[in-house]
Amino acid sequence: MTAPPGPTQPPGTTQPAEATRLLEAAQLHKAYRLPRTSLFAAAARRRAVDGVDLSLVSGRHLGIVGESGSGKSTLMRLLLGLERPDAGTVTYRGTRVQPGRQEWFRREVQVVLQDPRASLDPRMTVRRIVAEPLECLRVPGDARARVAEVLTAVGLTPDMADRYPHEFSGGQRQRIAIARALAPGPKVLIGDEPLSALDVVVRSSVLALLRGLADEFGLTLVLVSHDIGVVQQLCHDVLVMKDGVVVERGECARVLSAPEHPYTQALLSAVPQLPAEAL
Amino acid sequence: MSLLEVSGLTVRIGGRPVVDDVSFALDSGDRLGLIGASGSGKSLTALAVLGLLPDGASVSGSVRLDGTELLGLGDRELSRIRGKRIAMVFQEPQTALNPLMRIGRQISEPLRLHSGLSRRAAATEAVSLAAEVGLPDPDRLVHSYPHELSGGQRQRVGLAIGLACRPALLLADEPTTALDVTVQAGVLRLLDRLVSERNTALLFISHDLAVVHQVCRRVAVLGSGRVLEQGTVSDVVRAPQHESTRALIAAARATSWVPASREVLS
Repeated sequence: MTAPPGPTQPPGTTQPAEATRLLEAAQLHKAYRLPRTSLFAAAARRRAVDGVDLSLVSGRHLGIVGESGSGKSTLMRLLLGLERPDAGTVTYRGTRVQPGRQEWFRREVQVVLQDPRASLDPRMTVRRIVAEPLECLRVPGDARARVAEVLTAVGLTPDMADRYPHEFSGGQRQRIAIARALAPGPKVLIGDEPLSALDVVVRSSVLALLRGLADEFGLTLVLVSHDIGVVQQLCHDVLVMKDGVVVERGECARVLSAPEHPYTQALLSAVPQLPAEAL
Repeated sequence: MSLLEVSGLTVRIGGRPVVDDVSFALDSGDRLGLIGASGSGKSLTALAVLGLLPDGASVSGSVRLDGTELLGLGDRELSRIRGKRIAMVFQEPQTALNPLMRIGRQISEPLRLHSGLSRRAAATEAVSLAAEVGLPDPDRLVHSYPHELSGGQRQRVGLAIGLACRPALLLADEPTTALDVTVQAGVLRLLDRLVSERNTALLFISHDLAVVHQVCRRVAVLGSGRVLEQGTVSDVVRAPQHESTRALIAAARATSWVPASREVLS
């Protein structure tokens, strides 16, 4: 019998004998003050992230799933050092990550956001957009050549560098955002719903691109998404978040097919399924 | 005679056909999923049925509702049909609802316009519609504004408005794309129930095959403005006739969650 035609196993499953821990979070807490509802009472606080631990191992793509308000975006901002935790620490290869310039960290960990129309400056050419992290992070080398290289890597061509974002389709714009993230040669790529604004056909091609790039450049991906399908197709491990807490974690193959926590079970049972004939 | 008969529908923008010779029919209580990649002409097809095309679009062909030609009708005549015989639920309830109007008034507006209900009768009806679409504490909720509601609640309001006058045909354009999965599941169940209870015909637009499959048995696949194929979901999926359909199915498969049991079965 041939292998079951299930989701394709993410590539690069072979783990090095000694797994390198890249990003680590220990007991992260972050609360936001809610708008005041009374003159006399203290404003209520919302615990967006409430005691989260995680450890990103080199080569093992991590999915962080949850619904709106689960705290997954706050967790991502903490991991990126864009926000200071109320308690707990984020470290990268053992060094503390804190908000600020942190050029060494930004060269290692880059981000792709959901909507490329919002994340790409419409007045800048693709060349300036993609070269910007090279300048800001003072990455040595020929910027022009690097731009050409990463544009090719994401399936665009170097001659597109002199155009502006509005001249591209949604899928191409997301490729530009990915090229910008790749430019400084990061080891970790964090995506905040990087495929959600794309239609199905484009989504599957950008998903395949991310998988290929991770292999080619030895990237470890962190995918923050409410899209369980995409996480299952791309990631090795998954964290399921609800109300700022990780309710379940483990290998995708286990958590997304035999969930133990009632919330994960409810989440999975809500996912619309393809007709049996399509599988 | 079908409830809705669309034949040879063509929409041109700047001379270029964006909907190209589209034909389909719906009987009372029928459902059809309209599926295709972005830019395939799905939304424009629905907007053409309602006479809501953007300025500069020219339309030809025929759209008949109960045998009456809708194309070429003036705004006055169309406004007697919109909201009453044909209603629409939009993708983004955030932008489809009026932020300055209380929920109750938005739900009762079509009733006041089309059914001539008094303000008080329409307000009472709005509360019962709000209850019917599963909004919590409907008596109080009708007095709130859209920003006070969650995304799922806003889309339930959109459904209440759409179904207020018991239209014969409901057009739903990606009504759950903006929602979380558990919320989406609830809204789809609700849509499914309301539409079958009222024997409303449904044209359901989506790029997501899995979502369409939850509510429709029959689909039409659109590509570059044309209907590439039509049939039951299972037939189309089992034996797609067109390259674009195959690409759509392959993409759905490559991005969808696959439950373990299925994996083992196949």
